[in-house]
Amino acid sequence: MTTVTPVTTTPALVADQPSAAAVAKKKLTSPWASLAAIVIAVLWTLPTFGLLVSSFRPERAIKTTGWWTFFTDPTVTLDNYKTVLDSENGAGLGSFFVNSLVITIPSVIIPMSLACLAAYAFAWIKFPGRNVLFLAIFALQIVPLQVTLIPLLTLYVDAGLANTFWTIWISHSIFGLPLAIYLLHNFMREIPATLLEAARVDGAGHVSIFFRVLLPLLRPALAAFGIFQFLWVWNDLLVALTFAGGGGAVAPITVALANLSGTRGTAWHLLSAGAFVSILVPVTIFLLLQRYFVRGLLAGSVKG
Amino acid sequence: MFDTAETTAEKFTQMFAAILLFAAVVGIILFIAGRFGGRRGDKIVAYSYLAPTLIMLLVGLVYPGMRTIYQSFFDAAGSAFIGLDNYKTIFTDTDQLTVLRNTVFWVVVTPFVATAVGLLYAILVDKAKMESFAKALIFLPMAISFVGASIIWKFVYEFRPDQGNVKQIGLLNQVLVWLGGSPQQWLVDSPLNTFLLIVVMIWIQAGFAMTVLSAAIKAIPDDIIEAARLDGVTPWGMFRFVTLPAIRPAVVVVLTTIGIGTLKVFDIVRTMTGGQFNTSVIANEFYSQSFRSDNQGLGSALAVLLFVLVIPIVAYNIRQIRSSEAL
Repeated sequence: MTTVTPVTTTPALVADQPSAAAVAKKKLTSPWASLAAIVIAVLWTLPTFGLLVSSFRPERAIKTTGWWTFFTDPTVTLDNYKTVLDSENGAGLGSFFVNSLVITIPSVIIPMSLACLAAYAFAWIKFPGRNVLFLAIFALQIVPLQVTLIPLLTLYVDAGLANTFWTIWISHSIFGLPLAIYLLHNFMREIPATLLEAARVDGAGHVSIFFRVLLPLLRPALAAFGIFQFLWVWNDLLVALTFAGGGGAVAPITVALANLSGTRGTAWHLLSAGAFVSILVPVTIFLLLQRYFVRGLLAGSVKG
Repeated sequence: MFDTAETTAEKFTQMFAAILLFAAVVGIILFIAGRFGGRRGDKIVAYSYLAPTLIMLLVGLVYPGMRTIYQSFFDAAGSAFIGLDNYKTIFTDTDQLTVLRNTVFWVVVTPFVATAVGLLYAILVDKAKMESFAKALIFLPMAISFVGASIIWKFVYEFRPDQGNVKQIGLLNQVLVWLGGSPQQWLVDSPLNTFLLIVVMIWIQAGFAMTVLSAAIKAIPDDIIEAARLDGVTPWGMFRFVTLPAIRPAVVVVLTTIGIGTLKVFDIVRTMTGGQFNTSVIANEFYSQSFRSDNQGLGSALAVLLFVLVIPIVAYNIRQIRSSEAL
């Protein structure tokens, strides 16, 4: 880049060309580029689409013909979904679905509230050891869960909590805390100090500053962490498998699906419907809160 | 309240009880904090806000981490000290060497391919018609669990014996048949099967790469692009000398983040092959050794190895962020 000057001197030119990037873009958007984009999009969508179509086909049809024959011989049924949810003579995914809900809700609320308190202390209160503690918590983000599982399981068994939801709630809360504190702290630091000073001058204490001044401003950050944690907990297999056991009464839907895939790997009428029962909730949440998810992704992973 | 809940009603009751109990704890902390004001009270407020977090992290992360490191020097039952034998097993045993080899495949291939696809797609759809719809197609897999994704792809790889009237129901084999080939048992042949499992991870992670890189591309100042355009730079030159240097920090972060995620993923291997047919990776082997083979020593050593492998990637990541901020 030798010449940057022409641009800065000619604002008129920039005004004439609606968007410089768009012009540069045009050169790139040859038919080949469009084709490449379409190929990638199709490759990324087709596998899911195939299983989705299959989940609505009769069991016999799934097992004897490919899903693409659906378009020449369309037969639609909801039997697969009925069977997979039924606990009497099906896979009983319904109760595992309930477990997933029961696991996920507290596992999002608990770390989020605790992280609010901690992030507030780190961002707005001066106390000895602040920087060292914050750095330590930041560093804990990199600890792989695997390192903690066996000793944690022993602790839960000793405490008499084995095979209850408590083990999963507590574990997910602990594992979510470092990221939550980091995200919320970054966000709180950006709130102008004058805003808090003004409240303090008015006689507000820490508690009312937090609830009246900060909480309304924190909503996007809370949404970002909330959706991260929700997806992570709902989709988790490792933690649930370790603490809830394989067929336990408290296992979430991911565990049930993984078991189904292991024991009845060719029961595609159950696997296809089961997969979509488990996908439905996270995808809905994801699409609704996409904006916050992307913002959190950018704040959490790409700083500066 | 601390028993195993059986019915749906019991489960939800227990859930609300847990949330209430927890809300009470937070309420007590806020009440205590509210009683103290002024500069001297600040210290008490700070520590009481941090107390639950610190206790949970100490008991749930720091202690178990230390304990696992300690445990990795003991035998399968965790009773006899055996020094570095578990680590020796990891680096000499034939099965374990296959695990290491597969892990290398995963960690090298996934970040680069996922980032390349994500970057290419981000550039292709940038400012195109229906850009947000096009992007949603690629990043939707991020919302799907690894288990769900594994089932989706297992169906793509599904194999039916090549005889008589048997028709293929897996897309990949059907495409092969249409092209005149004979169907394969994709998940059985090593090391090809490992790469087919890696495809699933790439499928999930490309959306992450695309989202972050697309934001980085949009953040490039228009005047730089305009200047390059006036210089008559070719599209390739534009990418090579303008776009790529500008988004380099974001590319590094994406590569390292996907690398770390890949190192830790075990759901895909477990759901698709269960680690059979030479497809196991460290994270899966950790689970099998710890909870299936009851070899706590070796399991702990594998977990520690995972931890050790993450550190250089994170260190590199932080150095990159530092140096890009210094510029």
